[in-house]
Amino acid sequence: MKFIVTAAVGYSVYLLLTIGSGDAGLWSREELIVGAVFAVLAGALLRNRFIGKDLRMLNPKRWFTFLVYLFPFFFAMAKANIDVAYRVITGRINPAIVKINPNLKNDMSLTLLANSITLTPGTLSVDVDQKTNELYVHWINVDPEVLKDMPRDYHPICGSFPDWAKRIAG
Amino acid sequence: MIDWFPVIIALAVCLIIIMVRVFIGPGAPTRLVAFDTANTIVVTGLVVVGMMFNHVIFIDVAIVYALLSFVMTLYVAKYIQGDKF
Amino acid sequence: MAALNTLSYVFIGIGLFFNFVGAFGLHRFPDVYTRMHATTKCTTFGSIFLILAVIVQSAGIWAMGGDLRQSIMCIHSILALVALLVTNATGAHAMARAAHRSGEKPARAVVDDLEGKKND
Repeated sequence: MKFIVTAAVGYSVYLLLTIGSGDAGLWSREELIVGAVFAVLAGALLRNRFIGKDLRMLNPKRWFTFLVYLFPFFFAMAKANIDVAYRVITGRINPAIVKINPNLKNDMSLTLLANSITLTPGTLSVDVDQKTNELYVHWINVDPEVLKDMPRDYHPICGSFPDWAKRIAG
Repeated sequence: MIDWFPVIIALAVCLIIIMVRVFIGPGAPTRLVAFDTANTIVVTGLVVVGMMFNHVIFIDVAIVYALLSFVMTLYVAKYIQGDKF
Repeated sequence: MAALNTLSYVFIGIGLFFNFVGAFGLHRFPDVYTRMHATTKCTTFGSIFLILAVIVQSAGIWAMGGDLRQSIMCIHSILALVALLVTNATGAHAMARAAHRSGEKPARAVVDDLEGKKND
């Protein structure tokens, strides 16, 4: 099953890259054969690297949630850019590195969350503790209320993104 | 039809501003950050050049350049933080 | 086609503005982490809009009766955009971690939870 999924993903990317190459439909016959050979090769060699422990990302509901997630993500990204432009013009910064615990279990959701908070307002993921799944976040404009208690509340730092990450890949 | 040539000129000016930071930047991490930014600008510029000359091969080169520059960034970061290879 | 050209000009304007904000932020901020804020967010956003302008133009010419080359250009631009989006954020994470482990201190920082912590 791992082999089939890996080979199918590789073959579809190959077909997407060689679209419009010739006579048999959208693709030429040689491209189809060479792509199949390389897909089988890639599936045999890389199936344990491409897919981790289980196949839960095959669930179409997770992909639909991911597509829905792109809209609030894009708005947060636009807000982040306007924020950074404001800080470039005025030079007003107040940075800190804080530790948050987003309560995520597996690597996929942690990767998604780290990439999201790198691109969203005022935060940049610096390091990750792989034993306890805690993230170290560089925060450009610190709210002094959050710094008082030690297990920090993640809602003022990264909003509702941990809930989205849990729903998509948790 | 859009005239893409001023876009290329503007991206080149942007690239020159970034390369100043690559040369004067204090310390290796700053230079690495500036170089990675320059790579992003180069990928965008290659896509725009492909549209300007109406050649698809520039965009293929842009995809390969993006992936290779990512690998370069990862390895130089690994070198800076002092890991063994 | 005129509407598509206007849309493309708007996208190009937004993209170039944010690319320049990223380039100037590299000189304006004091240390590596804040510079990384400027460059990662702004150049990714600017590149999204510039490549979107290319996609809109090539799709428009393709729909107006262009040849197959325009469709290939559209699809490959989308793939280049996806590659750029995935690699930029991950590369920023790798660079920030490398900077902190090589002993780079965040300038003017209020708190540093990661200070003196080794987790490997």
